[in-house]
Amino acid sequence: MPATHHTLSVLVENKAGVLTRIAGLFARRGFNIYSLAVAPTDDERFSRITIVVDVESKPLEQITKQLFKLINVVKITELHPDEAVERELMLCTVKAEPATRGQVIELVGVFEGKIVDVGHEEVTIMMAGAPSKLDDFEELMRRYGIEDLQRTGRVALPRLDRGTARLHSVSGMVS
Amino acid sequence: MQLTGAQALIKSLEMEGTEVMFGLPGGAILPVYDPLIDSSIRHILVRHEQGAGHMAEGYAHATGRPGVAMVTSGPAATNIVTPLCNAYMDSVPIVVITGQVAYSVIGTDAFQECDTLGITMPVTKHNWLVTDARDVPQVVREAFHVATTGRPGPVLIDMPKDISNQTMEWYWPDGVDLPGYKPTTRGHPKQIKDAARLMAEAHRPVIYAGGGILKARAAEALRELVELTGFPVVTTLMARGAFPDDHELCLGMPGMHGNYTAVTAMQRADLLVALGSRFDDRVTGKVSAFAPEAKTIHVDIDPAELGKVRRPDVPIVGDCRLVIEELVKAVRSSRSKHEWPSLAAWHDQLRRWQQQYPLVFEQDDSGPLKPQFVIDSLRDHTPDDTIVASGVGQHQMWTSQRWHFNHPYTWVNSGGLGTMGFAVPAAIGAKVGRPERLVWAVDGDGCFQMTAQELVTASAERIPVKIAILNNAYLGMVRQWQELFYEERYSEVYLSPDLPDYVKWAEAMGCVGFRVDHPDDVVPTIEKANAIDDRPVVVDFRVDYREKVYPMVPAGLSNDDIVVDPSQGDGGH
Repeated sequence: MPATHHTLSVLVENKAGVLTRIAGLFARRGFNIYSLAVAPTDDERFSRITIVVDVESKPLEQITKQLFKLINVVKITELHPDEAVERELMLCTVKAEPATRGQVIELVGVFEGKIVDVGHEEVTIMMAGAPSKLDDFEELMRRYGIEDLQRTGRVALPRLDRGTARLHSVSGMVS
Repeated sequence: MQLTGAQALIKSLEMEGTEVMFGLPGGAILPVYDPLIDSSIRHILVRHEQGAGHMAEGYAHATGRPGVAMVTSGPAATNIVTPLCNAYMDSVPIVVITGQVAYSVIGTDAFQECDTLGITMPVTKHNWLVTDARDVPQVVREAFHVATTGRPGPVLIDMPKDISNQTMEWYWPDGVDLPGYKPTTRGHPKQIKDAARLMAEAHRPVIYAGGGILKARAAEALRELVELTGFPVVTTLMARGAFPDDHELCLGMPGMHGNYTAVTAMQRADLLVALGSRFDDRVTGKVSAFAPEAKTIHVDIDPAELGKVRRPDVPIVGDCRLVIEELVKAVRSSRSKHEWPSLAAWHDQLRRWQQQYPLVFEQDDSGPLKPQFVIDSLRDHTPDDTIVASGVGQHQMWTSQRWHFNHPYTWVNSGGLGTMGFAVPAAIGAKVGRPERLVWAVDGDGCFQMTAQELVTASAERIPVKIAILNNAYLGMVRQWQELFYEERYSEVYLSPDLPDYVKWAEAMGCVGFRVDHPDDVVPTIEKANAIDDRPVVVDFRVDYREKVYPMVPAGLSNDDIVVDPSQGDGGH
């Protein structure tokens, strides 16, 4: 993924309309969202939104500051790829006629994916992992013919502190 | 105690200290208008919902307390979007309550349904859709808290009709529960020390005071800082009155139509101390050429303003009053340890510019009447603490340039959004909040026609505001741009001086109407108007349509390219 992308892990209040507020803010301030994943956290009052932003459009600092002005946004953590664990899930339907089916299955095995559905002429594969691994797999499947593909967008958490974690938190900057 | 959602809403507003609200009832908000009859809150019935919003803004500007407006759903909610956006741009604390169709039918395109929450999200600091009557006190408490703290702004509460009719057990919450909202009010001590250090090295400093000074009630603190340092001050359109114009260190308004000295002082400065200002494009002109030699200290309660337009050398997040008070301490301590550079040469330079490029116009004794002459006469024949409201355009710029604002909270205008039609309702709101003050609106003929119907409200409610229409029969500022930048091709800017007949219109709305077209009649008419305090007064001043606002920095150019009045040459660069 190009270096112009940054991952923001945003803790928000679990209230109706929060996603609209965030999406609307990005649109009206001219920021671009590359991918977005939303899910509840272990605390039912909060959800976590993982946003990968395109910082070529606007500086990251302005994005996080504007985001933090939303009343429902509780905390924003900027996750540098080196300092975060990032994972993504992909479902992908690939042409797998009898002649090539063996090769596809073999590659799924190499990438530690799973075949979750089988048809006469195609298979549906599930794969979880680092986004770059999914990129590679997608690339390899292209020659067999991808019929359908859906990725979730990445989710991320900071790497556990084993000495020198540098978290770029921007909390405490509200208005 | 069992209350309906509607009763709880009114009671919550009372608990928040609401004394007056501006509004207009309709279907979805009907249940809330019923308990209003028994409430201590004064309700002012407007003629158009936009008027309610601007009145709430005028009230907030003049008093510092949040203005409250209440209207129904659908078209009423969309009519109040303009004031919300205006208040958002100018950081004005208002609380708007809209009726909504029953929660049970939301999403069915019911009669007078619209997605008020969605429509107003981009123009409010926060908004709420109430889905349970039990939430009413908590939501009202949070709404007032959000509107008035941090960077102030408009908030909206959308109240479905069935929620208004639901019953709940009354309570008043101890506080707010907003885990994501904790404004930073105290400046970082290290940053304040750094700021004082930069100030101690400045030879050509300028304090760039913005509307945040007024929002933070920091006018006194600012004066202390100025008198301690001898730093000259420019006051932006939103900050007029934040520092007295009659003070020798006040340079007046900077920006596109600022005076030469204020604009040029910033251009030549080696330090800008930006206090509650946001480097708006009307102030900076071409950003890359703005104040090229200046280091900047930027104080703002909104962290997103720091670095949004220009990266400051010393950013300070905090409440302007608290930060300035700390700065004063830091400056005192620094000055007690070592001598700061003399500013005498800088002060001399500023005085020379002031003498060379004053604001000028010429009034011929026999006419035609000049708009500047009307404003000067009004300024000189009203008390020092008169509140002045204005619309948007030439009349606004002339008033801001020429009035001597010597007290905070005497200037009520629409800055960021530039909302034509702001003056009449804003003046009414200001007068409601400050009934003991004289309130004049200086309006344009184009602006006046957008919201004049609110003078019916003012007559009915006995709110004796006074309106001076600078009637040049044109959309004057547009005409000025067409003259200067579109080769005098005047496209759709002529309005006619006689249509409508402003005197008859005023009288039809229960006001006193006067017409003035000769310079000799200006002062006597102003005095007659000042003496009337039982109804609104409208004065139709027939002014010279050829007058233009100078100085002017043409759009997109550097402030160095400031164009002064043609009688003063080319600006001296």
